[in-house]
Amino acid sequence: MTQPKRSSRIRWHIIVFLAPAVLVYTAVMIYPLFNTLRLSLYTEVDQARVFVGLDNFRTLFGDAIWSDQFWNALGNNFWFFLIHMLVQNPIGIALAAILSHPRLRFAGFYRSAIFIPTILSFVIVGFAWKLILSPIWGIAPSMLDAVGLKSLYAPWLGREAYALTTLSLVSVWQFVGIPMMLIYAALLSIPEEILEAGECDGITGFSAFWKIKLPLILPSIGIISILTFVANFNAFDLIYAAQGALAGPDFSTDILGTFLYRTFFGFQLQLGDPHMGSTIASAMFAIILIGVCIYLFGIQSRMRRYQF
Amino acid sequence: MTKFTMTGALLASTLLSVPAFAQDVTLTIESWRNDDLAIWQEKIIPAFEAANPGIKVQFTPSAPAEYNAVLNSKLDAGSAGDLITCRPFDASLALYEAGHLADVSDLEGMANFSPVAKSGWSTDDGSAQFCVPMASVIHGFIYNKDAFNELGIEEPKTEAEFFAALDKIKEDGSYTPMAMGTNDQWEAATMGYNNIGPNYWKGEEGRLALIAGEQKLTDEPWVAPYRQLAKWGAYLGDGYEAQTYPDSQNIFTLGRAAIYPAGSWEISGFNNLADFEMGAFAPPVANAGDECYISDHTDIAIGMNAKTENAEAAKTFLNWVGSAEFASLYANALPGFFSLSDHEVAMEDPLAQEFVSWRSECNSSIRSTYQILSRGTPNLENETWNASVAVIRGNETPEEAGARLQEGLASWYAPQQ
Repeated sequence: MTQPKRSSRIRWHIIVFLAPAVLVYTAVMIYPLFNTLRLSLYTEVDQARVFVGLDNFRTLFGDAIWSDQFWNALGNNFWFFLIHMLVQNPIGIALAAILSHPRLRFAGFYRSAIFIPTILSFVIVGFAWKLILSPIWGIAPSMLDAVGLKSLYAPWLGREAYALTTLSLVSVWQFVGIPMMLIYAALLSIPEEILEAGECDGITGFSAFWKIKLPLILPSIGIISILTFVANFNAFDLIYAAQGALAGPDFSTDILGTFLYRTFFGFQLQLGDPHMGSTIASAMFAIILIGVCIYLFGIQSRMRRYQF
Repeated sequence: MTKFTMTGALLASTLLSVPAFAQDVTLTIESWRNDDLAIWQEKIIPAFEAANPGIKVQFTPSAPAEYNAVLNSKLDAGSAGDLITCRPFDASLALYEAGHLADVSDLEGMANFSPVAKSGWSTDDGSAQFCVPMASVIHGFIYNKDAFNELGIEEPKTEAEFFAALDKIKEDGSYTPMAMGTNDQWEAATMGYNNIGPNYWKGEEGRLALIAGEQKLTDEPWVAPYRQLAKWGAYLGDGYEAQTYPDSQNIFTLGRAAIYPAGSWEISGFNNLADFEMGAFAPPVANAGDECYISDHTDIAIGMNAKTENAEAAKTFLNWVGSAEFASLYANALPGFFSLSDHEVAMEDPLAQEFVSWRSECNSSIRSTYQILSRGTPNLENETWNASVAVIRGNETPEEAGARLQEGLASWYAPQQ
């Protein structure tokens, strides 16, 4: 047999295999993304679309009616993120460390039990927790009563001071399985030889975790942090399911996602405004982009990797 | 050969059947009331078709949440039905301004409606009507008659009696005085502020003065309802801050609460759930013998697609919607949705009768925030939800709430500047 001709340099199979994914991704992700960015530069005057440049952004950041809501939502979003970073990820790492202990019994059961909430729908989680914490039908008041701590109970979801923290913790409960699984996988990939070598040098137990395992799983922790960041700044479902589009009480649980929803689609008598909605969406996109860039260029490039 | 015969036979049958259809016009109704499909098909449409031979009617509802979007795209594509169920105020006004809804001001049936009834589907200056009003919902308080008898309480007529009753229920302790929560926010504004408010701002008089810019939300008639709401907090159940709308409905129908600030749409649901006798009283007035005002809110209407080919038949139907027959059919099929026409409607449901009887004793008005005032940013309706909740919880004084709303409204509404 002769070899295929050299002249057919275009490797068609690459294009053919890439095409479906590229086309679908472009149609459902890239085009809408750029169209949203474009839409934020327009406004509607007398049923006609008019180009206004950056006017919408000037309104969003300059007009007190809009900017107060925006900064409130952004602040709440940061608090939401902070709770996840301070509670979800450390607990996830601790759980993974415990689960990877070779002598733990029923490890598989715990692993599944902790991971299952992750696959539940936001709506189910939102409504279930709303019922659990309900002052009327909930089991939270009676459980606290049973241990004599009834005085600690408050209608948390209805109080400005607690509502956002409560919802953040519900979200932590739901998603703690993800950092746990990722860290668990990273911990399992640490070769035994390294740990044994440490043992010979007298590093065992807790100090083995702090001095050997933790540095080795830092890249995974970095990935988890950035995933948490992106997920939290895109969050919407849980707040909407539990508190509705007005993110009560008094906007104390309003995050960028609910603010965007209210503006874009309208709410009750408020008619939807796709242009201001796109402006908020663009601002969210920019915030997430900046966050990811800081991580990529500031942190990940400096992280040391170890090859086994 | 057989093929040709078959085709021929089919063609012939089509030709033969055409004359039968030629006199018949089929009207299609667009609606979001898919809950009412059975009522339309079994009661309303047969009654109309019997009275108007030659016109057939099809009721084709879509899901409530999708209705506006579905209808808009159908209208743009020219495939919408001949008759269009109208949401009140701005949503339908936008359709009229875009040329989708026909002007129906001149229909004979329209003569049977008062200006308040028509306000939900009129242009801002009231010169043109584009939908025939179908039904309204009335606000008031539903109470547990057994609880009232047990504690020896009469239906309160004045505010003082109202709070005395609440005090008595609270003192006794076996019932939650009032079932309402602030978690979902809208009840506080709709069943709270707009329920008791018309007595203070004198219904239409105050509402129109606010739209004209002659009154401000910081004026006494608009702040006083907040002052009453501020006192409500003490009578709501434990943890009312996190109590949702379904929670409140359940607490009341389970017989755990004595009074429920209500809208008449609750009637049919409550009739099915509650196993005690229920009564209703209108929002109490300040002093005995004062003129009373109720919120009789325009909620649903029906209009004509401007591009319909069956305009005459559609007009016949709309005129029928304005008739006494339709009013009675609709009001009895859906207790709690009251006819907006001036006809005397006999209703069988005692609770619905009680609600509708206030129309003859009191002056009707609609919710203050719905017409014109919720067009801008910030949205007055949403702000009113927020303010009503804040006042009930004591986070904001009634005066602060009024000042905040006024500032928001004045920021975009010229007559208030």
